[in-house]
Amino acid sequence: MSKTAWVTGASSGIGAATALALAEKGYDIAVGCHSEDSITRGGGKVAEDCRAFGVKAECFVGSVEDFDDCAGLVGRIVEQMGGIDLLVNCAGITRDGLIARMSEEQFDQVIDVNLKGAFCAIRHVSPLMMKKRAGKIINIASVIGLGGNAGQANYAASKGGVIAMTKSVAKELGGRGITCNAIAPGFIETKMTAVLPEKAMDAVLSATALGRPGKPEEVAHAVLFLAENDFVTGQVIVVDGGLHI
Amino acid sequence: MVLDKVKKILIEQLDVDEGAISMESSIIDDLGADSLDVVDMVMSLEEEFDVEIPDDEIEGMKTVGDIVKFIEAKSE
Repeated sequence: MSKTAWVTGASSGIGAATALALAEKGYDIAVGCHSEDSITRGGGKVAEDCRAFGVKAECFVGSVEDFDDCAGLVGRIVEQMGGIDLLVNCAGITRDGLIARMSEEQFDQVIDVNLKGAFCAIRHVSPLMMKKRAGKIINIASVIGLGGNAGQANYAASKGGVIAMTKSVAKELGGRGITCNAIAPGFIETKMTAVLPEKAMDAVLSATALGRPGKPEEVAHAVLFLAENDFVTGQVIVVDGGLHI
Repeated sequence: MVLDKVKKILIEQLDVDEGAISMESSIIDDLGADSLDVVDMVMSLEEEFDVEIPDDEIEGMKTVGDIVKFIEAKSE
């Protein structure tokens, strides 16, 4: 029987590339979309492209950061797709600003989507995986969560939190045959990084050993590895072209 | 019967023999459950008996008898 992957934030960027890569490997895909709008702006196309690989793929709309909404979302996915074998937490946002000027809202929004969203998804999916004595959870973190970054205290805190949560979940659910890992991408060409000023971009690229930005597909490739491996858990796989060595 | 259904869940989840389970058996000390097993067991009980078991009630469920009594009280 084919396995089902729920990819949150799958309408664009790393999430979209991950959904497609998993579909190509034969996974049925629950394409997580934040709103109806994100279906129109990309999620619908992602689901369509996934189906072209001959798998089942549907868009599921909901806010992962809303505890109850997320529970409903998981219920709908299970009902329509038959279960969730793999959860990939890709939903993420940035609201950059220097700490001395950062608003409470900027901080809360980023923590809500990036950290609480991952928590809610894991919280509602883990009982299903515990029952099955199997499952894989992959959280997309960031190298910023490891090394920090000026202007991204909120984002760094959220991703650092995701990494620490990953390790705890790995320890907690390991006895149930469930693995939980994080991927820490460096500078990847997506909508999120397209807004960076050129100077900042140049600085990152000159510090990157490979001297180029990564592609979402290159992060998706690391997701595939973790999705197929049964003995790696609690780890942070850095996919950054040698930015942090 | 409630006890039979509870026994079935415990046998399945804790990998214990039916003979090892009595009303007095301690879930943790006698049947060897760890904290995650307890969460797992509670979820199965909720599903099987269609009841909600609040966290503070879980702490009072030390023995198989405690579980059976709780379920019976809820189903009345």
